[in-house]
Amino acid sequence: MQLIQILWDRRDFFLTCLLEHIRISLTAVVCAGVLGILTGVFISRHKKAAGIALGVINVVYTVPSISLLGFLIPFTGIGDKTAVIALTVYGLLPIVRNTYTGLVNVDAGILEVAEGLGADGKQILFGIRFPLAIPVIISGFRNMVVMIIAMGGIASFIGAGGLGAAIYRGITTYNMALTAAGSLLIALLALLSDWLLSRAEKAVNRRYGIG
Amino acid sequence: MDKAIEIRDCSAAYGENKVLNHVSLTVEKGEFVVIIGPSGCGKTTLLKMMNGLVIPLEGEVAVNGELIRGCDLSAMRRRIGYAVQGAGLFPHMTVEDNICYVPGLERRLTQEEKKILAEKMLELVQLPGEVGKRFPRQLSGGQKQRVGIARALAAAPDILLMDEPFGAVDEITRRGLQEELLALQRKTGITIVFITHDIGEAFHLGSRVLIMKEGEIWQEGKPEELQKAPRDEFVRSLIGR
Repeated sequence: MQLIQILWDRRDFFLTCLLEHIRISLTAVVCAGVLGILTGVFISRHKKAAGIALGVINVVYTVPSISLLGFLIPFTGIGDKTAVIALTVYGLLPIVRNTYTGLVNVDAGILEVAEGLGADGKQILFGIRFPLAIPVIISGFRNMVVMIIAMGGIASFIGAGGLGAAIYRGITTYNMALTAAGSLLIALLALLSDWLLSRAEKAVNRRYGIG
Repeated sequence: MDKAIEIRDCSAAYGENKVLNHVSLTVEKGEFVVIIGPSGCGKTTLLKMMNGLVIPLEGEVAVNGELIRGCDLSAMRRRIGYAVQGAGLFPHMTVEDNICYVPGLERRLTQEEKKILAEKMLELVQLPGEVGKRFPRQLSGGQKQRVGIARALAAAPDILLMDEPFGAVDEITRRGLQEELLALQRKTGITIVFITHDIGEAFHLGSRVLIMKEGEIWQEGKPEELQKAPRDEFVRSLIGR
């Protein structure tokens, strides 16, 4: 009850936070998505780079998120920019790994048939390899989006906006309801995004005759 | 007669493992050559040399009088049909898109062109036109195999390479496919190189049969010649005499 009360009473504040959160997450999703897919494609074609890239990304992933934010402050200062960078770095792991796994695990027999029929490298990548890897890539993308939205809550500890601001303010003022409301909105945003993406996933799979 | 495929003294290896040992072979235009032999004898490698999927360590391969070495492999392959066991259809494409794949590599086809071509090819392999809108997973084994052949023939190649194309279908379907293939060859005069492990199929289809063993062509000849004069115990046991 208290929760709904506070959400209603301070709806302008929460709306601002929510829009901020969406803006920061979306920026990070676009950055991590583009960078991650490109990296995944690149390392799927250069096996040596794959081990190194996946290793580095794995190590970065083990750094606690709060300290990653701390490390970035001397370089990029506080605020939204640093938050977007940190979220992008974290978001890379699932998307790079899934893009790579998806592309590498396409049935070698199918690829050889395409080559034997006269497809060149580009035609195989975009016409066969990529579409067949799409389900795996999308599931990595969904992972990434949920993670970025959830992690976005921490961003306000370094002065960025978003629903983390509500949580942070709730903690510092012993206002449990405020903290809970902020958390609830983050969870709902993450669930809603995941649901929307699952719809997109189904549509894509139908398009390719898989689902 | 003109030479469709010429393999001159070719060897191939996967790492340390030598799979073809100085093989030479000439396939004339319009021939139906069947290659048979135990697994690991190098028959698939030999076939893949003919469309450049395997590049020989030594020796030369020429297709329609043109050396494979240094030519535009992709462009050359588009003029050679290729069908494999289990059909190797692209699971994310409809039957129509599978059939139109090779012509589509050269230039973008309109929906109308695709439809006309797919219908024509489906008719050739005796499938109803409505199959074109389906996805490969919705087809039976025999239907898939037919689509695989339709795809191999869609760009009107003058050579067709087939690697155990009927290996994964039941006996009755296989008989039907064999007859259709023979009729097709009679009609179009296309050159066919066909791999099988079924000696009955080899003798039934081939105008010439090559028996391979341990990376070499062990014996070759017309089916009657092989039956009349098998070279040794190996050939005799293979042809069941």
